[in-house]
Amino acid sequence: MAACIGASVAGARAFTATSGQGLLLMHEMLHYAAGARLPVVMGSVNRGVAPGWSVWTEQSDSLAQRETGWIQYYCESSQEVLDTVIQAFKVAEQVLLPAMVILDAFVLSHTSEVVDIPDQDVVDAYLPPFQPEWKLDVNSPRAFGALVTPNEFFELRYKIQHSMDEAIEVARRADEEFGERFGRRWHLVESYCMEGAEVALVTTNTITSTARDVIDEMREQGHPIGLVKMRLFRPFPADDVLKALQGVKKVAVLDRNLSFGFGGIFAQEIKAAMYGTSVQPLLFSFILGLGGRDVTPATIREIAEYTLEHDAPPEEIIWIGVNR
Amino acid sequence: MSEQKALGNRPNIVLPQEELLLQGHVACPGCGASLSMRYALKALGQQTMVVIPACCWSIIAGPFPYSSMEVPIFHTAFETTGAVASGVRAALQIQGKSDITVMGWAGDGGTFDIGIQALSGAVERNEDFIYVCYDNEAYMNTGIQRSSATPQMAWTTTTPVAHPKDEPKKDIIAIMAAHRIPYAATATVGYPEDMILKFQKAKAIRGAKFIHLLSPCPPGWKSEAADSIRLARLAVQSKVFPLFEVEGGKTYTINLWPDPEIPVREYLRLQGRFRHLSEQNIQQIQEEVDATWEKLVEQAGGRPE
Repeated sequence: MAACIGASVAGARAFTATSGQGLLLMHEMLHYAAGARLPVVMGSVNRGVAPGWSVWTEQSDSLAQRETGWIQYYCESSQEVLDTVIQAFKVAEQVLLPAMVILDAFVLSHTSEVVDIPDQDVVDAYLPPFQPEWKLDVNSPRAFGALVTPNEFFELRYKIQHSMDEAIEVARRADEEFGERFGRRWHLVESYCMEGAEVALVTTNTITSTARDVIDEMREQGHPIGLVKMRLFRPFPADDVLKALQGVKKVAVLDRNLSFGFGGIFAQEIKAAMYGTSVQPLLFSFILGLGGRDVTPATIREIAEYTLEHDAPPEEIIWIGVNR
Repeated sequence: MSEQKALGNRPNIVLPQEELLLQGHVACPGCGASLSMRYALKALGQQTMVVIPACCWSIIAGPFPYSSMEVPIFHTAFETTGAVASGVRAALQIQGKSDITVMGWAGDGGTFDIGIQALSGAVERNEDFIYVCYDNEAYMNTGIQRSSATPQMAWTTTTPVAHPKDEPKKDIIAIMAAHRIPYAATATVGYPEDMILKFQKAKAIRGAKFIHLLSPCPPGWKSEAADSIRLARLAVQSKVFPLFEVEGGKTYTINLWPDPEIPVREYLRLQGRFRHLSEQNIQQIQEEVDATWEKLVEQAGGRPE
């Protein structure tokens, strides 16, 4: 990450990739890249955090970085990862914040998938060369990252928040333009079978693919259930989430992560987004699949049926598949 | 052989007049590190980019929005100088800018201790930059805490007089030489011609270069600001800090043969951080310095005729 920071501040487009412990190790430099307003893009494979050692998927590593000032995309397929890397540069370079493209360990990172690799000239037309206004330049010598007193530090932080706010619309436009040029769109938040749905599952990463099959099956059987996929997590697209969940009676949030002492992180953020709005479904917070425990169609079905059957969530955290 | 003659195999040089370190920097009076930067930039010129981790120089360069330097600087995190400088070089390379010198400029804490992993990685990859460690022999910027560059028996706030530092100073040049990098050298503000020639030589070499500067620090050494240059010269003349180069990790050249050799006592007595030393302590240091010097002379192929 430090090498990417050096490359980016010297005017190059910089990319790296990491996972789990490596991501945690670079935590300080994640803040550094964002604070220095460097649009580095990084692929990050979700892994459980040691000890004990886990090389299997769980989102606690990347969600522990949510306050670093990085844009975060959570992806469902290898094609989406590839396309999102291109989109992420487009967004990052406009708002001058770094972006993380996140995918599941093993389920995506160690499997093969046929992907469409776009032609270079189409990508070049979508993503022009990186020409930062501010960089290390011997003809215009400046100091970057020096001591900042309380007189200015506050404003620098305000500006990061302002850019994050802007990044939602920038990301939306980047996805729309991507769709026009490449014929594929991924949306910030995707609704699947949500027409007439009374219950919504909220998913991320590859759990979404598994859930799509379950939703199809349950819809055929007449259950009023749909799916909302969260793709952009930072900045948090609250309006999109509220719009997607408008009118549903119950929401089941599937969290493959855990904030110890609180619960599922997507669940708490969605709750926070709904506070004080007219969107007030019952929210069921499920914790599942930690440390790469398999999430099968049967797991999703259990969650869906549980939510359909219960009038209210019986507890703050509903554990799925844990041996107590 | 007089000292002057010893340096006589160096060509006479005129110090470049260009000043790339400006007035108004915020170093302490008598700071060896600020004068070192002044000479380094004179040698390297304006086509230079500097990476500075957390150290005294994070402050000396000036707070936002100021800079005391006429070259671009990136202030980075403590442990990252080697990695960030590698990234800067890679970016320049991909942009076809081959005429720019990249210099990492770190203190002993950021080099001997916290940054050694990034430094080792970068020089092992033979990254094309000059890594400079200005060594004031403790964490001076944070209040004189011992580092692995602090000399044995020295006082610091974390090695108080009742328990001065037990361990000898880490041999950073030996570590760099063990990486077999193209160029490693010692220099000090006491001998500016030697320093400038070394920076100019390093600039012309492609690959990893390491320059170890002994950098007198009046607040940390408890010495007089007016004695900084004297101390830098005494360190060399007493063989505490010999001036030498190592090329390719094997060819050692001693650049100054002290004549007469001065006892370490002369160097130690001007510094409050050594005031507690007994006669026996000083004798021990003298023996250690003599033994280290003899080993260096051997590595350099013996004393010239």
